[in-house]
Amino acid sequence: MTAPHAAHAANAGRHSDREAARRSRVLMKGNEAIAEAAIQAGCDAYFGYPITPQAELLEWMARRMPELGRAFVQAESELGAINMALGAAATGARVMVSSSSPGISLMAEGMSYMAGSGTPMVLVNIMRAGPGLGSIGPSQSDYFQATKGHGHGDYRVPVLAPASISEAMELMATAFELAERYRTPVMVVADGIMGQAMEPVELKFRCPERRTFDWVLTGAAGRPARIVRSIDLQPELLEKRNLDLQHKYAEIARREVRWSGYLLDDAEYVLVAYGTAARVARSAVDKARAKGVKVGLFRPITLWPFPSRELARLAGRTHGMLTVELSSGQMVEDVRLAVEGRCPIAFHGRMGGLVPTPDEVLGALKALRGKVERTRHAHAAKEGGEK
Amino acid sequence: MTVHRDTRAAPAGSAPSSATPAVAHPVDPHAPRLVYARPEVLVDRSTHYCPGCGHGVVHRLLAEVLTELYLPAHTIAVAPVGCAVFAYDYLSVDFVEAPHGRAPAVATGIRRVRPEAFVLTYQGDGDLAAIGTAEIVHAAARGENITAIFVNNGIYGMTGGQMAPTTLVGQKTTSSPSGREAASMGYPIRITEMLAQLEGVGYAARGSVADAGQIGKLKAMIKRACQIQLAHGGFALVEALSNCPVGWGMTPRESLEHLRGPVAQAYPLGVIVDRLAAPPKDTFAETCPAPAHPEA
Amino acid sequence: MAIGRVAVQSPRPPVPWAPLVIAEARCKGCELCVEACPHSVLALDTSRVNVLGYHPVQLIDAAGCTSCALCARVCPDCVFTVWAAPKEGHR
Repeated sequence: MTAPHAAHAANAGRHSDREAARRSRVLMKGNEAIAEAAIQAGCDAYFGYPITPQAELLEWMARRMPELGRAFVQAESELGAINMALGAAATGARVMVSSSSPGISLMAEGMSYMAGSGTPMVLVNIMRAGPGLGSIGPSQSDYFQATKGHGHGDYRVPVLAPASISEAMELMATAFELAERYRTPVMVVADGIMGQAMEPVELKFRCPERRTFDWVLTGAAGRPARIVRSIDLQPELLEKRNLDLQHKYAEIARREVRWSGYLLDDAEYVLVAYGTAARVARSAVDKARAKGVKVGLFRPITLWPFPSRELARLAGRTHGMLTVELSSGQMVEDVRLAVEGRCPIAFHGRMGGLVPTPDEVLGALKALRGKVERTRHAHAAKEGGEK
Repeated sequence: MTVHRDTRAAPAGSAPSSATPAVAHPVDPHAPRLVYARPEVLVDRSTHYCPGCGHGVVHRLLAEVLTELYLPAHTIAVAPVGCAVFAYDYLSVDFVEAPHGRAPAVATGIRRVRPEAFVLTYQGDGDLAAIGTAEIVHAAARGENITAIFVNNGIYGMTGGQMAPTTLVGQKTTSSPSGREAASMGYPIRITEMLAQLEGVGYAARGSVADAGQIGKLKAMIKRACQIQLAHGGFALVEALSNCPVGWGMTPRESLEHLRGPVAQAYPLGVIVDRLAAPPKDTFAETCPAPAHPEA
Repeated sequence: MAIGRVAVQSPRPPVPWAPLVIAEARCKGCELCVEACPHSVLALDTSRVNVLGYHPVQLIDAAGCTSCALCARVCPDCVFTVWAAPKEGHR
């Protein structure tokens, strides 16, 4: 073969690899990608209600689930949807519900019951700005709602926070896995941007293995009747039930923390952000680094269990942290709790559906750095004066 | 398809295969004959219900009907919030607890993923007609193939006797101490008639525990409501007018008189709608063939 | 009321013979059976209380009982197991 032919053959080989890769990458809207990922992860039943900005998720499910002979119901309300999920999950089905902030509020009761009775489920919140009717713009103002157990009672739910559509697709499988392994509802929180945007994604899916459960309701043929419930009127019994839940949460906290770091090794300052805010923060990190500022990004992926230990360790070797959120500052409280005063914490956020820009973040970082430098000079001067 | 095992055993495991009544000494015509005994699916324990409370009667009728139709092994039932919150302690079938009012939605979830199960809800009037109005209306509108038992005693019993949407005008309760006043508190809801208008409803009937005759008719309604489900005839509802002696401030006997009188006047008895044209099949095995997949 | 195809635990007829077996420990003294009985063979035993603290029902006239089972039909607590008398020649 002549040299040009060989080169052409080599190029053709690379070209067909690229072609194959291209064909398995498609442009998908976040809501639809999340829905398809759930379907490919073995979702047996979906219950939902239309609400912006996640209506496309419901619509995708409305088309695909009946195609596959699986259960789909557009419920009369989010209250209906979460309770349908409770029933289906009690029989061992792999169940998903999705909504946006005001609808999630309606699901608080159901979440508490599902946490209390140990029924697995995945709930996706495509967050929008509130409070109340608010707007349909993106937000992260449901952090408290998600992580502090938004229904009544002493419970937690694992909360996963993807920062891209691809990651959201991956995390759907993880969410079902966690839900079934620990018998708990699991929340996946994205925001209106992620729900509505379109990004190129790999059509690569994962379907977690099915477990056999000894507690599911299937009809008491040849065995004693089973009850799925959360009530226990005798205080000692209810305390035992609660202690069991707390042990479960402790195990989840030990084993399931997820986070990601960007340029943290030599970082003097750290931006802490999740979801869409993390993408903005990452751009800010890149811009700052270009100017010689040693800043990195710490991105929690599990909002609960919160990566407190990792953050605390990091705080020991940084001058300051800037938390960036699409809210008035909710995760920043957990950052402060984790850091326990080891370094100063600052916050930058926007509300109402607005998204901070990288330049805004840089401005806040500059202010933090200024403050930290002034404090250090003041201390140095004081010590110098005292000598 | 949902990946579930069909755990439906043949009826042989749970009930005698013969169709004749169980007798103590089948070969001896001179032996005493058992006329009535507690069905086994009703747990042998005393209940927390007040003396004379109709819940006990309805539980028993349900137990009898489920047994006669060979259903206990296939039943997944939904318990309410109300006096019957512990229904699962008295009926030994698989049960899930529902939040207040949500039983029809919970049952919908079960029905949609367990096509082979017999799905049952049991609710009181506060549960079904107050906080749960949306859930029952939409489960009925969707024609969910479930059987809903609605025990209506016109009061919130468990929480101490407050007014319910079904309380009669003039009736004194702890939250209508001077008697229910229509102007500020509205009129009682005849929810069964409301639901009967929906095409998804295959059967809607109202019976009563007021006397032995009514109890017999109520049992027939409950049986029909179960058979409607077996025949995939849509949503089936039986409202059982019941008493609350303690909440009403009456003795059990007085409470039944009240049930026969003012309550029956406000809530007419009878079958309101029965849309199933052909007589339904009698046994679960006959009407619901096993699913085709190999895990059966 | 026929029991139909009922899966029961096959109770044995009471010895000595009586048409009713009363699960006294479940009775709550509501008197609905007393009212329902067409032959007035039932009454509460007001001289004592059962384990629940109620005056339990008792059969005061076994011969007058026709095993109609209306008591069992109205009882909310499944107190009654009803037997029909053996044909003559037994006892």
